[in-house]
Amino acid sequence: MEQRAAQAKKTGSFNWQMASNYLFVLPALAMFLIFNFYPYIQVFYLSVFKWNGISMHKTFLWMANYKDILGDNPAWWKSMRNAAYVTGLALTFQNGLALVLAWLVDRDIRGGQIYRSIFFLPPILSGIVVGLIWNWIYQGDYGLLNAVLIKIGLGDLTHAWLAESSTALTALAVVHMWKGFGWGFIILLAGLQGIPRELYEAARVDGAGESRIFWKITVPLMIPVFILVSVLTVLGTMQMYDLVIVTTRGGPGLHTEVPMKRILDEITPGSRVGYASAMGVVFGVVLLIVSVVQIQLSKWFKAE
Amino acid sequence: MRKLSLCIAVLGAVVLTSFLSSCKKSEGSGHQAVVVWHWMTDRDEAFQNLAQQYKQETGKEVQFQLYAPSDVYSQKVRVGAQTDSLPDIYGVLGDARDLASFIEAGHVENLTARLGDGPGSWKSNFYDEALNTTYFKPANSFQVPEGFYGIPIDVTTIPFIYNKRLFKNAGLNPEKPPQTWDEFIAAGKALKRTGVTGFVSGWAETWLIYSLATDLAHNLMGEAKVMATHAGTVPYTDPDWVAVFTAFEKLQKAGFIDPSLVTLGNKAAEQAFSQERSGMTFNGSWAVNVYSGMNPKLDYAPFRPPQLGTKFPQTVWGGAGTVFLVNAKSQVKDDAIAFLKWMSDKKQASYLITATKNLSAVKDASGDGVAPVLKQFADLMRNSIHPNRFAVSEDPRVQEAMTKGIQSILIAEKTPAEVAADVQKAKEKSKSE
Repeated sequence: MEQRAAQAKKTGSFNWQMASNYLFVLPALAMFLIFNFYPYIQVFYLSVFKWNGISMHKTFLWMANYKDILGDNPAWWKSMRNAAYVTGLALTFQNGLALVLAWLVDRDIRGGQIYRSIFFLPPILSGIVVGLIWNWIYQGDYGLLNAVLIKIGLGDLTHAWLAESSTALTALAVVHMWKGFGWGFIILLAGLQGIPRELYEAARVDGAGESRIFWKITVPLMIPVFILVSVLTVLGTMQMYDLVIVTTRGGPGLHTEVPMKRILDEITPGSRVGYASAMGVVFGVVLLIVSVVQIQLSKWFKAE
Repeated sequence: MRKLSLCIAVLGAVVLTSFLSSCKKSEGSGHQAVVVWHWMTDRDEAFQNLAQQYKQETGKEVQFQLYAPSDVYSQKVRVGAQTDSLPDIYGVLGDARDLASFIEAGHVENLTARLGDGPGSWKSNFYDEALNTTYFKPANSFQVPEGFYGIPIDVTTIPFIYNKRLFKNAGLNPEKPPQTWDEFIAAGKALKRTGVTGFVSGWAETWLIYSLATDLAHNLMGEAKVMATHAGTVPYTDPDWVAVFTAFEKLQKAGFIDPSLVTLGNKAAEQAFSQERSGMTFNGSWAVNVYSGMNPKLDYAPFRPPQLGTKFPQTVWGGAGTVFLVNAKSQVKDDAIAFLKWMSDKKQASYLITATKNLSAVKDASGDGVAPVLKQFADLMRNSIHPNRFAVSEDPRVQEAMTKGIQSILIAEKTPAEVAADVQKAKEKSKSE
């Protein structure tokens, strides 16, 4: 085919084969341009206007929206800090738990298939359903968690978990991690199962202990998987929205506000589509920087 | 092989072209159905029944399309407006500012001439409070041409509600709800002593907080001063506003509110009240329908938001409810208006009361078997206020600063003075833009 294409190029004659190849690509390209590229451009375009999303008139503001977001919008940066805090917890505890469980299931324990299904159950549940269940667990007066604490004599530890400023964000993070760790578990398990067993056997023959095998064989070979899981965790957590809406709606005060909610609030009820677009651009740039840094760090670790 | 590849490629292009062309709005077909978008899951069945009945009577088809929850619906309507693909009839969730932006963009028909005037007119069917939520006065601040822009279907009031049985258990008079803020605090404490929560409400949904705050503000300082604050001539740091925020501080300090109050959704609060875990709540008249489903034996009654001051009347948010707008660009505009006229006829309005247990916007409508409590909600309509009828709307960012600030007061994180300063800061920022 390459030969024919080169020949056609040389002779300048029209090649039906090549044309049909391009036609095959056309639907995907059109979809990409319409549903990905155009919205990106449109968001950049709208971000420099004052526009309520309905009116025929847009007022050109140049960089005023960006200036306000960067310098005079503490609620936005509070939401970014909140999302970063949850992301930090997810990267450590959620992925740590996922790795431990994946490692255990990979060791051919009895009932491994059942565990695999159980651990993957939370991610496939709707965020709305998960939020409602945990709302009931966390409820201050008649919640399950407080009832259990009282029952076991730890009544002093009871809280209105989602309604107190000291506990709300961490309580929300726990729900997010519970719902999300199954994804990491499945990906990490697939990674672990991709490591040739012969490497482990050879290491054992050479007298390496389990700890040494883990750090010298498993971890280095799993680095590409860790990168994937951590990038997905950062992107997924920073963009959390549904759980927040169902559990706290960003409250109390601004304690569980997250960037996605701030952006959508600017559109409805704020009617500031231009400003929301600028927030979207700033958020996208922050995520891009975080992802690039993360990948570079991971590459550095791999090289080390 | 080459022919096969070409055939597949052409087929792919045809499929893509037909997909993209199907995205275009259908035009020019002989008989078009009137399409209605709405967000009311609890009323969908009744609407579908009405559409069926309308077809039987007139032969014309009406399609009610449900998009829920309400924030999803709001986004759909906005996208519809941006892409010029709004249906023939729809509603806008929001205040007068939102409605004005739809009108300004040419998406809403001015119905003043169609409604007529005087006895026997279509306009005379409706309660004034209900119809006025869609009315823009001459020379209004939104620069919208004067007129009525919507047809109200039902109306709501948002008062306090108390559980008569729990009141009796707490040694309170079940026929005499609290009249003043201090009486309200005392009642809540009495309820708490019997082991139930004194007060619950879905105050994660901040519009409920804003509703109560504006009720209290109207009662304490009067409409003129509240509007002057919206206009920016009275600051939110004014002692009257600080007193409004202090009412919430008293509520927090009294120690009888549901501990999760500020992060409870309204549905969860409705469950708590209907299951008699709480003696008082702050909720809309739609709750009659909700409570009858959750606990038909619940014995309750509404009461006006307790008085903070004595100089001005106690107000309650009310008068506005479901309002349908006619798309000014609809190709079946006359059919759409004819359907709304039929729907707001006494017979259909009465059916809606019976089926949905909501207060009708139609004067003479009366439902069968409707709980007497619904009439008590209707009686509260006197002295009702609503943002859609405010002479000056408040900026959503200022509303957010106020409601989030009140949440902070309710968790003892901020003082009323601090919240007043935060709200004023948001006000100054909105004024400077």
